[in-house]
Amino acid sequence: MKASVRCVLLAMLLLFLVIPILRAQVSNERLLRAADEPHNWMMYSGTYASQRYSTLSQIAPANVKNLEQKWIFQAESLEKFETTPLVVDGIMYITQAPSDAVALDAKTGRVFWIYRYFVSPDARPCCGSVNRGMAILADTLFLATLDAHLVALDAKTGRPIWNTKVADATAGYAMTVAPLVVEDKVIIGVAGGEFGIRGFIAAYDVRTGREAWRFNTIPGLGEPGHETWQGQADAWQHGGGAIWTTGSYDPVLNLTYWGTGNPGPDWNPGLREGDNLYSDSVVALDPDTGKLKWFFQFTPNDPYDYDSTQVPVLVDANWNGSPRKMMMWGNRNGFFYVLDRATGQFLAGYPFVKVNWASGLDAKGRPVHTPQPENAPTFPGVQGGTNWYSPSYSPRTGLFYLSAWEDYASVFVKEEQKYEEGRRFVGGRPTSPIPGGQNIPSLKRGPINVWTEAAGHGAVIAIDPRTGDKKWKFLMTDVTDSGILTTASDLLFAGGREGYFHALDARTGELLWNVSLGGQVASGPMTYQVDGKQYISVAAGHSLFTFALRE
Amino acid sequence: MVKKRCFILAIIGSWAISGVAAAQYSQADVEAGFNLYNANCITCHGANGDSIPGVNLRTNQFRRAVTDADLNRLIQTGIAGTAMPPGRYTTADLAGLVAYIRSMRDFAAAPPRGDALRGQTIFEEKGNCTSCHRVNGKGSRVAPDLSDIGAIRSPDALQRSLIDPTGSMLPLNRYVRAVTRDGKTITGRRLNEDTYTVQLIDTEERLVSLIKSELREYTVLKTSAMPSYKEKLTSADLDDLVAYLRTLKGAR
Repeated sequence: MKASVRCVLLAMLLLFLVIPILRAQVSNERLLRAADEPHNWMMYSGTYASQRYSTLSQIAPANVKNLEQKWIFQAESLEKFETTPLVVDGIMYITQAPSDAVALDAKTGRVFWIYRYFVSPDARPCCGSVNRGMAILADTLFLATLDAHLVALDAKTGRPIWNTKVADATAGYAMTVAPLVVEDKVIIGVAGGEFGIRGFIAAYDVRTGREAWRFNTIPGLGEPGHETWQGQADAWQHGGGAIWTTGSYDPVLNLTYWGTGNPGPDWNPGLREGDNLYSDSVVALDPDTGKLKWFFQFTPNDPYDYDSTQVPVLVDANWNGSPRKMMMWGNRNGFFYVLDRATGQFLAGYPFVKVNWASGLDAKGRPVHTPQPENAPTFPGVQGGTNWYSPSYSPRTGLFYLSAWEDYASVFVKEEQKYEEGRRFVGGRPTSPIPGGQNIPSLKRGPINVWTEAAGHGAVIAIDPRTGDKKWKFLMTDVTDSGILTTASDLLFAGGREGYFHALDARTGELLWNVSLGGQVASGPMTYQVDGKQYISVAAGHSLFTFALRE
Repeated sequence: MVKKRCFILAIIGSWAISGVAAAQYSQADVEAGFNLYNANCITCHGANGDSIPGVNLRTNQFRRAVTDADLNRLIQTGIAGTAMPPGRYTTADLAGLVAYIRSMRDFAAAPPRGDALRGQTIFEEKGNCTSCHRVNGKGSRVAPDLSDIGAIRSPDALQRSLIDPTGSMLPLNRYVRAVTRDGKTITGRRLNEDTYTVQLIDTEERLVSLIKSELREYTVLKTSAMPSYKEKLTSADLDDLVAYLRTLKGAR
């Protein structure tokens, strides 16, 4: 009797000891139900559906003008600051360029620890030594590094647990993506689309770092799709199809969705005749095996560098009167798409900016190519109608929001190019259609009075997915690389290259609040709550800014 | 005259060396320097700093450098006519490199006296070290992680830590004790502190951030929570333990 009482007491004691530990850890269950704990932000896009929509509503249109800066974290780097923070129970985890991890107090911004990763000098990032954030499971963070290593870190101490070489940095492979945890695997993809890499998405065992599967985004000999690489004999081996934004996951369909990058060389499609599968596509993979369930290619035989490295936004809603599991996609090529995410079936597509490289989409969603004459401008230009910047979908408004570059064009010039390992492999160049203009427009790159409306401009666009109608637009003078956040109080947060950070009415696009942060927003804003207070956090310039309502 | 100059030089020299010995390099700097050294210096200088004939970084005596400022400059400019290239580093990186190179002096080349394998058993069982310390993912996070302690501490320093934990504790590893306004006591290892706040990892391995103005009491503890092992272990056990700790070079 006595012994059994003692046993029960011991068991209870153990339970009490264990419960707080379990609570403190980020379980798979918590990741699946991330939307149910909006005070936390536990993955790059907020939830597996990647809507960047939060049910927090303390900050609302009526009080948003009372937002004040609570703290700033200044990065030890002058690179672009593209991180989306994770917040778990009051602790924030961010990355700072090139591949460092930092744990902060989410209320004060003070640092618990910094893990400094020393990137190999062999790393060859094409477009900035950036990093977009981490993934978390239990007490382990996952960090993808610029020299193509995947590192597991102890979230309490910042100590490395394992470090796996994913690919060879000397051959141009790099990683800038925030990993995605699905069950017992951490999924990443490799960048390097301007270096003639052969892209892949791969999954690693969360405990050991051992590779579980690898999906090559360019099919090898004998694999379906390999025949879409003609022209040069080894075209497929250097065909690109890089990955540099985080995918999404549907636990019911058990599919993970990833957008793939441009085919290489970027601007000379004659060297790689055919559709060039699976470049510029979305691929739906079984997360247990990496097997391809379906794919949809947005831009076959792309000569414009229209990476499809956007975040797949998963939406369950009615479509033509019946419930449908959909995927919505604002593509760099200037078209907005609605797909059935169980099958990949094309449901609808509309241009959301000026487009002249295609006259439209056919019944299956394939573009009708209309190549422009030599030296004539192609719309949209090389940076696209949008790009990697996270869009948002609000189930309350039913609208899809994205950062767009309107009326923006490039003149594409083809060049011959031979592949050499570790060297840029682009086959041409984009130029500005404006005499003396910048290839990629931005006010920051020259005197501000050289700006002309012909260079294009930035905008936040609210698209009605059912019709493609633009419900409203918020125009900016300069272009924008900002992600978008919406909340249940019908607020929308976004910034741009001018260094402003805006709060808009998600229903009307009306400007409700803005603040000058003095450096471009090239990241996705996010929101969280600690001790009953809602915060909004956004990286701009070289700092992370955090706002909340004035007391 | 010559004699006198020699004498003065000797005084300056010994002052410089003792100055170096007294300088406090933070463990964070030493660790950052360790990473930088492994990324940039190890190919030529080797893990023990003695791969180049005639150059032994562990002696901490350099032909062209005496002070930390000299070392700083030398790392940046390189040495013309030799294989030592100029290096571009941030001020923080340079501080780390210098801290690590200075710390190498303590890495006695003497072979370990004890048995590392037995030392590991003592670490995990008899010594009960994992109840506070963590090595390669095993053990508690309450006390400092020791996964790379062999790379950043000399055997002598390791031995000292075991015998006199308080005397050899770095400020970086101090514990703090705080009492909140509602009477809750929080103790933990200090990770970061400023005028208004303190960040720590508490005895339940939680990351905690406290605002000082919201505390009733706040104390930085200058005694180590670790017991001395002088009487708890035999000198043979201690040798084994040190031999084991020396093998811990970290997984990075």
